[in-house]
This record gives sequence, structure tokens and C-alpha cells, in this order.
Amino acid sequence: MDTANAPTGTVAAEAAIRRDRARTWRIWAVAALLVVTCVLPFVMGDYRVFQFTLAFTYALALLGLNLLIGFNGQFSLGHGAFYAIGAYTAAVMIHQWGIHYGWTLVAAGIVCGVAGFLFGIPALRIQGMYLALATLALALAMPPLLKYKAWEAYTGGVQGIFINKPHAPFGLPLNPDEWLYFLSLGVLLIAVVVAHNLLNGRTGRAMMAIRDNPIAAEAMGINTALYKSLTFGVSALFTGVAGALSCIVVQFVAPDSYSVFLSITLLVGSVVGGLASISGAIYGAFFIQFIPNVADAISKAAPWAIYGLFLIGFMFVMPGGIAGFMNMVWSRLQRQLPLARRRGAEAGHTGRTNSKT
Amino acid sequence: MIKRNATVLFLLLAGLLVLGLAGCEKKTPGVTKTEIKIGHINPYSGPASAYGTIGRTEAAYFKMLNEEGGINGRKINFISYDDGYSPPKTVEQARKLVEQDNVLLIFQSLGTPTNSAIWQYMNDKKVPQLFVATGASKWNDPQGHPWTMGWQPNYQTEAKIYARYVVQNIPGAKIGILYQNDDYGKDYLTGFKAGLEANIASAGLSGDKAPKIVMEQSYEVSEPTIDSEVVNLKNSGANVLVNITTPKFAAQAVKKVADLGWHPTQFLNNVSISIDSVMKPAGLDASNGIISTAYLKDPDDAEWKDDASIAKWREFMQKYYPDGSLHSGNNVFGYTVAQTLVQVLKQAGDNLTRENVMKEAANLKDFEVSTLLPGIKINTSPTDFAPIEQMQLQKFDGKKGAWVRFGEVLGAN
Repeated sequence: MDTANAPTGTVAAEAAIRRDRARTWRIWAVAALLVVTCVLPFVMGDYRVFQFTLAFTYALALLGLNLLIGFNGQFSLGHGAFYAIGAYTAAVMIHQWGIHYGWTLVAAGIVCGVAGFLFGIPALRIQGMYLALATLALALAMPPLLKYKAWEAYTGGVQGIFINKPHAPFGLPLNPDEWLYFLSLGVLLIAVVVAHNLLNGRTGRAMMAIRDNPIAAEAMGINTALYKSLTFGVSALFTGVAGALSCIVVQFVAPDSYSVFLSITLLVGSVVGGLASISGAIYGAFFIQFIPNVADAISKAAPWAIYGLFLIGFMFVMPGGIAGFMNMVWSRLQRQLPLARRRGAEAGHTGRTNSKT
Repeated sequence: MIKRNATVLFLLLAGLLVLGLAGCEKKTPGVTKTEIKIGHINPYSGPASAYGTIGRTEAAYFKMLNEEGGINGRKINFISYDDGYSPPKTVEQARKLVEQDNVLLIFQSLGTPTNSAIWQYMNDKKVPQLFVATGASKWNDPQGHPWTMGWQPNYQTEAKIYARYVVQNIPGAKIGILYQNDDYGKDYLTGFKAGLEANIASAGLSGDKAPKIVMEQSYEVSEPTIDSEVVNLKNSGANVLVNITTPKFAAQAVKKVADLGWHPTQFLNNVSISIDSVMKPAGLDASNGIISTAYLKDPDDAEWKDDASIAKWREFMQKYYPDGSLHSGNNVFGYTVAQTLVQVLKQAGDNLTRENVMKEAANLKDFEVSTLLPGIKINTSPTDFAPIEQMQLQKFDGKKGAWVRFGEVLGAN
């Protein structure tokens, strides 16, 4: 009995140690990454800071999309529309009514959250690919809607709206680009924490249960209709806030900024980053922000063909998205790191067993 | 010891030299003794990627120029980025060009929404945004935006030419206008109305003799067909049709007018004068007699078959841009506008500061490029940021299947 139990005991203990170590390592890694992110804007040029800021806003939008697609199993090809609504909410409030840009983030979140929730209700009746098409229609309708005569006085029609760049508040020693960088980073971090808490609670379990088996979820007493609409709302809220941030960062909105390509780009980012993960949103954002530039640098003749090759390459090498790939690498490291240490510590012991045989 | 001192001294000198160079660069960003950095933004991908060929022609032109020795011993370093016709991307690329690549100026960025997105930025940074590739009239704003300048005849200039023709040749015209409901369509409409008013006043016409707009019909780009708009215009009793439409709709309108058995005098904007994509689909007979304008030599026009400038352009295309189409007006466009920039840089000589480049861009006097129609001259001044303001009228000959130019080269006034 003792001899049989001993190894399983050791294995369990080892696993626990590994888990603990992995946890510490992960905390250290995230902390180190945060420090680097905070130092970066001071060593990069303003233009790079601007690029990273854009990447953060995309990450926020993708986070919203991941909640919907990855964790709730509802497709959307139309999140560019919510991004646009968020951006226009911010632009109109700042330009027409002179409201402080900080409030516009809140307003864009509320407007898009409500819009997403309302869109989520009819979306209940359509599933899978049909839902994807319905949302695609939303994305296609957005630019003409923004150009529509009736509200041209507010939206500026095809000409769009130009807004001024905000300066850092409280006399912080940051230039506008650096301030927007930290603002976007801050909003993104808050969103990550919110999403993390949401997913690790009852709501998250309900969302994932609906994704995995809607009938079983319903049988267990989950109000699927409510949860699906709510997820749509929360997802649109995240994306809307991202849109508002991007409007403040880019300083300009026009209907042509929010064509159907934007929605497709967001979906690409979401899939490449890793659908059912929070970190995937960040990886995906960096992909859609930087890979087109790389493609353009490689070939002026057919930048999209190069982009396509990158896309195929990424999906082929990392079928679970970048986040899936990172998890795989991480779990391998996790398995190897403590083992390596143990080997080092017990080298004498192993040596002895070897000499015996 | 001596060796170490020498090293220290060397490093100090090198440091000073670098600082000195950096100091020099501050005065004339993007310019060294051997190089001029020119930034460029074009849609090589996305919905407007058909225009990508303009950027490639320009790059080819500067390559040829560099092989021939450049400008005043300086080679052009042409840095071109893709924005996919997406305004936020244009902002990103413009910032890269200005802040990272440190270019002297941005040349020929393409599109109205895309240029609008960087308009304020370029003027805040005081970096020339030269010869933007869009026909909107708002780029001619020397007071409000002294760092931005258009190039091609703007929509209002063209519309005013039609208005003048109507006033002078069709007394008592009843005008129906069909226009696309966006900035481009409205720009034309504004120009046409202003031109009509001014010309009626200067001709002293009144009452029945003065041409009158009897109906305006707008359509959305998303509409599948504009038949009903054309029927409304016919029923309004108009005998002049001003057709402000993009190629697909232009073909539809021309065809519908013929199908209805309506015979107004038709004016069609320069945007849609492509024979292949408008006249042929609409029918050559139906297109007979349509009046439009031109300012560039059309490489397919039989009149320029043996023209020296078009022959030279063909030779250039074959050598430096062999993939490019020899039938595309866009490639003549790129070739012509590149020469305009070269003229500005030549005029600026060795004083290649951003201020001086802008000053010289606003100081083009009767500059001619051989690929522009004969008689068209490029003129700018500190109060006139619209380089090309002349066009020539042309009438479509359905039998020959070609445009025939007539009359003199005309300006807006």
C-alpha cells in the first residue's frame, strides 16, 4: 500500500508545486510586462507611441468580440458598426457640445451597450452563419447611415468631424501622445480585469454553457435569451468604448473609416489572437495593427496577398490562435521548469540509481 | 596614453559632427546634400486600390529622374505607404512619414476623406501637403490651410465651365441636374449654381432668356438604379441635363435618357468620361453629342497617336513601369503631377526648407507639362492654391466612338 501510494502522492505534490511556481512566474511575467509597457512610451518616438495606442484600442474592441464569439458562441461580422457608433458618439459630443472627452468614453459605452443589447434580442432568433450575415448587414449599412442627410448637421456627413487632441490633465509631464497611450492602456487594463471577473463567475459559466450546449444550459435553468442579449450588449459596450478612444486618438471620424473592412479586420484579429481568451485580444490587436505595415513594406504590388500569406501562415502554425500557441508553450515550460530544478537537486540520487543497474 | 587621448578626441569630434548634422537637419528636414525625402500615401489595397497605379507611376518617374542625375545633384528618396483608403490609417502613415522618416513634404496623398483626416495635422506641423490627388475644392484655402494644395482642376472649376457654356449657348435653358448625394456631387452642384448666377449677371440676362434650374435630383451610391430619377427629370420639362455621376451611374443615366426618347443637351462630368466604362456600356449612339471636359492628353485618343509627349510617356512606361497599362489615364496623371513637383523643387534650388518649398509651390507661373492639353498652364499664387484651373470642352462622337475637343481652353471665369 505504502509503495503504491508514495508515487501518486509525490506526483500530486509535484503538480501543486508546479502550479504554485507557474503562478509566481506568471505574476512576475505580467508585472515585468507592465513595467516595460509603462517605460516604452518614453523610449519610443511619438509615432510609435501612437501606433501602440491604436493597438490598445483595437485590443479593447477585440476583447468585446472575444466575449461574444469565443465565450458565448455568437458570431459577429458587424462589430465595426459598434466601433463606429462609439467613435461618432465621442466625436459629436466633443465637437458639437464641447463635452469633456472623458465623459464621452462612458457615454459611448452606454450607447453601444444599449444598441448591442437591442440588436441581441432579434439575434436570438438567428443562429450561427445566419447571425453572421445579419451582423454583416449591420456593418454594410453603417457608412451610408452615417452619411444620411437627416443628421448631417451633427455628423458632418461625408466630410466627417475633426477634433482636437487632448492634453494631459493635472499637469502631468506627458505630451498628448504619451497621455493618450496611458489613457488607452488604463482603459484596456480595466476592461481586462472586468472581463476576467465576469468570466470567472456565474455569468461566465452561464455564457460558456450556452456556447457549449444551449439545450443543456437551458435545462439547467439558465435564461439563455437574457444571457445572450446581455453578452451582445457587453461585447458592444467594450467595442464602443474602443471606438470612442480611437476617435480621440486619431482626432478624426468619417464614414469611410468604418467600412465593412473594419469589421472583417476585427474578426481576423479575434481569430488570429485566439478566440476564447482574454490575452488573445491583445495578440490579435498587435497583428491587425502591425502586419499590414509589414505587408506593405514587402510588396507595394499586392500588399493584401502578403497579408493573406501571413494570415494563412499564422493559422497553420497556430490553429488555436496566438493565445493558444502561447498557452501551449507556457504549459511545456511549466512542465519543464520545476523538473529541471529537481533534476539538479537530486542529481546525486539519480546517479546512485544509475550505478545500481 | 596618447592613443587613448586620440580616441577620446576622435569620439568628441564625431559627437560634435553628429550634433552639427542633427542641427542642420532641423532647418531642412528630409534634405541632405545628396537626397530629398518625399513622402507619399496611396491606396495600394482596399476599395480604391485601382488608383494604386498612380503611386507606382510616380515612383517610376522619380526612379528615372534619379538615374538622370536627380535635382541639383540630389536624388529623390520616394517613400510611399499604403493606407487602404482608410482615414485612420492615413493618419498613421502621415505621422510615420513626418515624425519617423522625417520627410520634406507629403506629395499626392489620395482621396478626399483620407486627406481630410490629415489636413489639420499637416497644417499644425507645418509640413507641405502638396498636390493632393482629389478634386474637392476645399484644398484651395491658402488662408485657413496654408500648407495644403490641390492639383487637378477642382469640381467647382469644371462645373463653372459648363454653366458658362449653357449661359452663352442655350438661351432660356431649362436645366435638370442629376447628382450623387455626397461631397463630390454637392461640390459640383455648388460650383454649377455659382457659375450660373455669375454668368447670368455678367451677361445681363433676365426673365425668360435667363437659364433656370427646373429640377435637382440626387441619388445615393447604394441605389441599384437611377431610372426613376431620370424619368422625373424628363417630366420636369428640362432641355438641358447636367449629369454629375460616377461611371456606373453615368452609363445608366445616358442609356435611360436614350430609352425614354428624351433629347436634352447633356453635360457629363470629367469623372465619367471613360469610353470603355461609360460610353460603350451605355451605347455609342446613345452617347452621341454628350458634352464634357478634359485637361490631360488621353493616351487612346487618335489625335495623340504620333504626339511626341505621349510617345515619350510610352517609352518611359515601358522602361520604368512595364507592368503599367498604356491605356490608363491614371498613368498619364501620375507622370504629369510628378513633373509639377520636380518644377517646384527646381525653383526652390538649394533653399529646401518647408517654408520655401511651399512658397515656390505658390509661385508657379505659366508652367506647362507636355502631357496636359495644349494651352493649359499651371498657375499658382499666395492667394491661389488651385494649380490647374483650365479645361477644354469636348463632345462625344458616337460614330467615331471618340471624344472630339472643341473651342478654346477655358477657365472658371
